[in-house]
Amino acid sequence: MDFLDKKSKVALTDPLMKNNPISLQVLGICSALAVTVQLNTAVVMTLAVVAVLSVSNTVISLLRTMIPGKVRIIVQLSVIATLVILTDQILQAYMYDISKQLSVFVALIITNCIVMGRAEAFAMQNTPGKSFLDGLGNGLGYGGILISVAFFRELLGNGSIYGYTVIPESLYAAGYQNMGIMVLSPGAFIILGLIVWVHRIASGVEED
Amino acid sequence: MHSNKYTLGFMTIVAVILGSFLSVAAGSLKEIQELNVENDSKKNILSCLGFKEDPKSPWGPNEIQNMFNKNITAIVLDINGKRTNLDPKTIDAETDENNFPIYISKVDKEIKGYAIPISGKGLWSTLYGFFAIEPDGVTAKGITFYAHKETPGLGGEVDKAWFQNNFVGKKFIDDQGELVGIKVVKGKADPTSNYEVDGISGATITSKGLESFLVDDLRKYESFLKNVRQG
Repeated sequence: MDFLDKKSKVALTDPLMKNNPISLQVLGICSALAVTVQLNTAVVMTLAVVAVLSVSNTVISLLRTMIPGKVRIIVQLSVIATLVILTDQILQAYMYDISKQLSVFVALIITNCIVMGRAEAFAMQNTPGKSFLDGLGNGLGYGGILISVAFFRELLGNGSIYGYTVIPESLYAAGYQNMGIMVLSPGAFIILGLIVWVHRIASGVEED
Repeated sequence: MHSNKYTLGFMTIVAVILGSFLSVAAGSLKEIQELNVENDSKKNILSCLGFKEDPKSPWGPNEIQNMFNKNITAIVLDINGKRTNLDPKTIDAETDENNFPIYISKVDKEIKGYAIPISGKGLWSTLYGFFAIEPDGVTAKGITFYAHKETPGLGGEVDKAWFQNNFVGKKFIDDQGELVGIKVVKGKADPTSNYEVDGISGATITSKGLESFLVDDLRKYESFLKNVRQG
């Protein structure tokens, strides 16, 4: 990616691994637990967050010199809320079945700490281009974890990947059973905990 | 530091721009969203009446409309089971105590079945669906759910084929002609019984809820179904 200068590259790639919003900063856990029963909801949720996060970062960065400091959080929230409602409306119009499954969680992107966090911590200080990349990177970093959790939950809990059954009938006949706990929230906690653990070992992060 | 005047002005402009942006978007998408809701319910009516969608080529909106218009007659019954002139779209099936929508499946002028809306409490949420009845007025033809917030994998299994298929061919009227409903039993149903289906393990409350609202909803249509049974 030679067309990006170093700082832009860092803005885009850091959140994917080294500074992942879920596994390193432990933000956005609520939706990571809620929409990861199946892969297809996790993928649509990822797209929704990526869209909201990159656009909100760009818009807030464009406005950053105009926003009065006293009301900056309100302005950020208004922009984010507008984008989230818009995303929700688009899903309801064009992806009705999936929007039914995601139900309230699309609307809850408004309260996702990642979106507000990036607006306040990055977009308010950086140029629109970099802010867009930062939003894209954080959205994908969030989505990467979401999709990994959903992959294991759907495989272990339902015996399928993206809706296609992959565990052969013969294995069920031999006594294999889907793990019921994986479709419940505790299953998400366990998988997410393991992913955070592995990720932290891999990236060498230590808490003080 | 910006002045208070600037802050107020800025906020007003932001609010107006974002607000009008949203109302334009919501307004222009409203029609297609309403169509989605309507199609979803039509699709459920069709599917519980035995019109099965091929999973490889799902029905598009036009196919649903065409199939519905061709095969389904939607009417509203009054409390005595008599046909009224009301439009089913105007009736809230969940709360209306006097008017009951019913969807009649007719293929080549021959009645193939009746579908009624059903709804009631499960564990976490109200379940909404349709229950289809064979032309004999005593046998279940199918059941579907299009909205609920039960636990996926447990109570949420009500919208899976394995559970719904168990209802097909079961009877909700006993030999004496009394309405008994269909029992959702814990574990495996007695295979010789015509009146019970397998429950969902780990979802006893959803199962019991379904059993009880199904019989309540069937009771609303009893006066109409009595006439159906007498031919």
